[in-house]
Amino acid sequence: MIEFISQPWTWWVSGIIIASTMFLLLYFGQSFGFSSNLRTICSAAGGGKFVKFFDFNWRSQLWNLVFLVGAILGGFIAKQFLSDGAPVAISENTISDLAKLGISAPTSAQPNELFSMEALFSLKGFLILALGGLMVGFGSRYAGGCTSGHAISGLSDLQLPSLIAVIGFFIGGLLMTFVLFPLIF
Amino acid sequence: MKFIKFLVLGTLFGIVMAKSEAFSWFRIQEMFRFQAFHMYGIIGTAVILGAIGVALIKKYQIRDIAGNPINFFPKEKSVMRYLIGGTIFGLGWALSGACPGPMVVNIGYGYLSMIVVFVFAIVGTYLYGIIKDKLPH
Repeated sequence: MIEFISQPWTWWVSGIIIASTMFLLLYFGQSFGFSSNLRTICSAAGGGKFVKFFDFNWRSQLWNLVFLVGAILGGFIAKQFLSDGAPVAISENTISDLAKLGISAPTSAQPNELFSMEALFSLKGFLILALGGLMVGFGSRYAGGCTSGHAISGLSDLQLPSLIAVIGFFIGGLLMTFVLFPLIF
Repeated sequence: MKFIKFLVLGTLFGIVMAKSEAFSWFRIQEMFRFQAFHMYGIIGTAVILGAIGVALIKKYQIRDIAGNPINFFPKEKSVMRYLIGGTIFGLGWALSGACPGPMVVNIGYGYLSMIVVFVFAIVGTYLYGIIKDKLPH
C-alpha cells in the first residue's frame, strides 16, 4: 500500500480528488478558489487602510487561509512520508526541448536552474521568480480567479468568462514558453 | 474546530498536487508544449466530473451542510478583464511553473525559493488593487 501511494499518482486519480475537493468545499458552504487568499492576505496585513479593494471583512475568508495552511502541510507530508524521490517523469520531447534552453533533465520535482539556492541568490534567478510570482498575483486578481477558480470551478459551472480566462492563461503560457523563454534562457 | 475540515481538505489538496506532479515546473512546461496528456487529464477529469456534479446540484437543489441552498453566482460579463488578466496570469504561470495553490505546496515540500514567488504574488495582487480602477475591465 505504502509502496503504491509512494509512486506518482495517475492523472485520473488526481482529477477525481480535485473535483471531490471542490464539491466538499461547496458542501461546506464555500467555494474552490485559491488565489482569493492573496487578496485576503493583503487585507489582513492592513492593506484596506490604503487601498479600497482590500477593505473588506477578511475574517470571513479565514476558512480559505486554513485551506492554504493545509496545502503547505500536504506538500510536507507528500515529501516526508509519501515520496519515493523519483524525478518527475516528463516526456522525452520536453526534456530535449528544455535542454536546448540550458535546463537539465529532472532530478527531482523542480529544475535546479530555477529553484536552487544558487539560482535564488543570482540577480537573474531572483528576477525570474519575482516576476513570475508578480504576474500570477496581478493576473489572477485582474482575471478574477486562477486555475482553481476559473479552470476548475468556473468551467464546471459552464461559465463563459472562465473559458475566456482559461484561453488567456494559454495565450500567456504559450507566449512565455515559445517566444520569451528563448530570450530569457 | 469548525476549521478543521478545511485543514484536512487543504492537506488532501496539497498531497494530490505533489503526488500527481501538478506542482512541478516541468509538468507545466510539458503542458504548454503539448507533449503529454498528463495535465490535461488531471484538469479534464476534474472539469468533466465537476460539470456533472454542478448540474446535479442545480437539478436536485442540493443543500450544503448548514441546510442552505448551494448557489452558483454567474461571473460578471466581460471579455477584456478575463482575456488580459488571464494572459498576464499565464505568462507568470509558465515562468514560475506554479499557480497560487501549487506555490504553497512547493513551500511545504521544501522548495523554499517558492516563498519568493508567493510573496511576489501577494505584491502583484496588491499592485492590482492599487491600479484596478485605471484598468479596462
